[in-house]
Amino acid sequence: MSTDQADVFALEAREALEAARREGRELAETERVVAMVEARTPQEALARTRAHEANANSAAPGSREPMMINLGPQHPSTHGVLRLVTELDGEVVRDIHPVIGYLHTGIEKQCENKTFWQAITLVTRMDYLSPFFNIHAYTQSVEKLLDLEVPTRAQWLRVMISELNRITSHLVWLGTSGLELGAITVFFYAYRERDRALDLFEMISGERMNNRYFQVGGCADDMPPGFEKLLRQFVSEMPSRIDEYEGMLSANPIWLERTRGVGILPADQLIDLGITGPALRAAGVDLDLRKARPYSGYEHFDFTVPVGTNGDAYDRYLIRLREMRESVRIIEQCLDGMPEGPHIADDRKVVLPPRSELATSMEALIHHFKLVTEGFQVPEGEAYSAVECPRGELGCYVVADGGPKPVRVHMRDPSFVNLQALRPMAKNAYLADLIAMIGSMDNVMGGVDR
Amino acid sequence: MSDYRNVIEVACPGAVIDEFEGPGDELTIEIHRDHIRAVCRFLKSEPGAFRQLSDVTCVDYLEGNGNGDRFRLAYQLFSMETGDRLRLRVWADAEHPEVDSVTSVWATANWHEREVYDMFGVRFAGHPDLSRILMPFDWEGHPLRRDYPLGGENVKFSDAV
Amino acid sequence: MALIPPPGSPVERAPRTDASIDRDLRDLVETAEEEAFVQRLLTTTVDRALSWARSSSIWPATFGLACCAIEMMHTATPRYDIARFGAEVFRASPRQADLLIVSGRVSQKMAPVLRRIYDQMMEPKWVISMGACASSGGVFNNYAIVQGVDKIVPVDVYVPGCPPRPESLIEGILILQRLIGANGMPSSFDLMHEQGLAVPEDAARIASERRAWAAAR
Repeated sequence: MSTDQADVFALEAREALEAARREGRELAETERVVAMVEARTPQEALARTRAHEANANSAAPGSREPMMINLGPQHPSTHGVLRLVTELDGEVVRDIHPVIGYLHTGIEKQCENKTFWQAITLVTRMDYLSPFFNIHAYTQSVEKLLDLEVPTRAQWLRVMISELNRITSHLVWLGTSGLELGAITVFFYAYRERDRALDLFEMISGERMNNRYFQVGGCADDMPPGFEKLLRQFVSEMPSRIDEYEGMLSANPIWLERTRGVGILPADQLIDLGITGPALRAAGVDLDLRKARPYSGYEHFDFTVPVGTNGDAYDRYLIRLREMRESVRIIEQCLDGMPEGPHIADDRKVVLPPRSELATSMEALIHHFKLVTEGFQVPEGEAYSAVECPRGELGCYVVADGGPKPVRVHMRDPSFVNLQALRPMAKNAYLADLIAMIGSMDNVMGGVDR
Repeated sequence: MSDYRNVIEVACPGAVIDEFEGPGDELTIEIHRDHIRAVCRFLKSEPGAFRQLSDVTCVDYLEGNGNGDRFRLAYQLFSMETGDRLRLRVWADAEHPEVDSVTSVWATANWHEREVYDMFGVRFAGHPDLSRILMPFDWEGHPLRRDYPLGGENVKFSDAV
Repeated sequence: MALIPPPGSPVERAPRTDASIDRDLRDLVETAEEEAFVQRLLTTTVDRALSWARSSSIWPATFGLACCAIEMMHTATPRYDIARFGAEVFRASPRQADLLIVSGRVSQKMAPVLRRIYDQMMEPKWVISMGACASSGGVFNNYAIVQGVDKIVPVDVYVPGCPPRPESLIEGILILQRLIGANGMPSSFDLMHEQGLAVPEDAARIASERRAWAAAR
């Protein structure tokens, strides 16, 4: 094999060594692990495997040198492009080293080149399963900086669509986690519902995914005619569908075997690791930002936050199903009690005037022009605002300097933080359980890498 | 809320430089970078205190803050019992930006600090594994710095396409 | 809406030499020209049968990267169901797959991995570039995203959208099926071999170009 072809082999190992050599320093832990796991040539890989085989028969389990093996970044079960360098001793995982960055998109840097409005379309693509939550956190931060009050109807619309998004996100989690553990049927059932919910998103925002519906000051549009009827139909059927999923899995002995007792960490360690969301609530810690720091009118809604006891994958599964039920309740309350009023704030320096005015009012035309071409100015300051995303605390840190473009937009993504828990969880667990753990943590690599 | 400033000043004298009130009920306390680890440890250990670190991030001010500092780090703290949030602000040097790591205080700071290192070049002393996390290992430069170009292609649209 | 690379396009791509390969093959449907084209390349009934078989059971490899991956999953689900077009299973191992649907944004770190997966696939193999990010970099014209996966792997069909609706992806697969064999067309890969372009060796060149690009940053 020519040396040219060796270029794609061990590429990251050579990158790490090159970087260390160039900067005149030792390899950091992740770099060392990557340098170890990648073989320079297929012959080297074969030699290593042979050495392990020889060693495996002679040494007792637990005393063997662990075999280092790669999981991903292209892998059916890692929920995206996650690479786990795994130290395996037989079937037992001794340690894992997550390597991320395979979906790094430079969104935060690109937001600095866009006006505050244009940044919404970028921010929504970060955690692509919960686009509305991304926008919600971002617009809340900008509204804080602008000291702009969102009208009640807009708040309730936001809550309603956010809860619908929570349902769709949990449906993807349910389908893909089931798929990974072999419960393939759940995948089709969950996506059947998700398609109907995406139809609703398409009605209200124009797109199935990567929607841009929340705006700075409220929502871009009100509910279109026919939307309420379809949404009511959807939420009235949803509880029976969730019963179907539960019927398939909750008492299923295989599912119980695969998820009971898997991925348990003490609650203190989870808090220290910064874990939020269902993974933390499964361990018995009742922390939900919708209750702890209510935002966008959540204090007016009657819903419970399911909390688990064991902190294993099964508890997380139960919690997410119950969260879907609670979301249905919240949507029904939104529809029943939707207040009248504007769907967006009426500060013309920030919000587009209604199109009907453009034909009659010169001032409206000028505002429209300035807002679209230049964007609105946001006074100097910084704000951090968090929402309760299906995965945990999704926060957005926005720094403005009085101009039309943000100085810094940073998303505190729950998947990024929750993934750190994988390493302590996976120590001395079976490889198959590692897959169940990754599924139960519900990480979205778009949010991890941004 | 300004109790925090007094409380920190009593526990770690000389640590607090200033305090800023933000929009809403946000409070930012600027800490001297030599004291950041001690202040964090103190804030975590008090009863009803900040057991969760939500975020560690950085803003690059090219023109600096007048003291030769360029990178403004922000630590978002969250108290689970009271629901309070607090932001700590630390400035890092322009030439050799280095700050003490708070990984020993909150384990979650590990990846946040790696990201700040990767994107801005701020080193964290005492970090167990300071390597690039989002960019390839041999990437040169720190992308989120203001003097790093956005990159990409120069796209020219013509009638033919 | 799915696109075959338009003829004479100024957009830079992984090299293909023969201009006749890049013609808009939809224009050739049911014309005498198409017959002549086919006659030149696939003459035996066995070849036609093979092409028909290949086109009717394309098995995609799971290469879902980002948002488009979710829409790709939707095409496999009951409402849109690509299984009725032959794409019955998504194979996790590239060795067992025919089609690489690059769905999502390809970052600089992921690019060598993409090439490696493509190289590991057995011939004949095809690539659909799904979504705006895979086709051209999409919304993300910056340092982190490869501006079009056709810089890395040769693409047969581009499916634009952000993300493309499942119907668009299905149309892309149907167009690919026609390209492959429903009309007896050879794949672009067959044609590249015919032209003497050996693609696996390009991997080293592409990797070194990538390093040079990064070094020049």
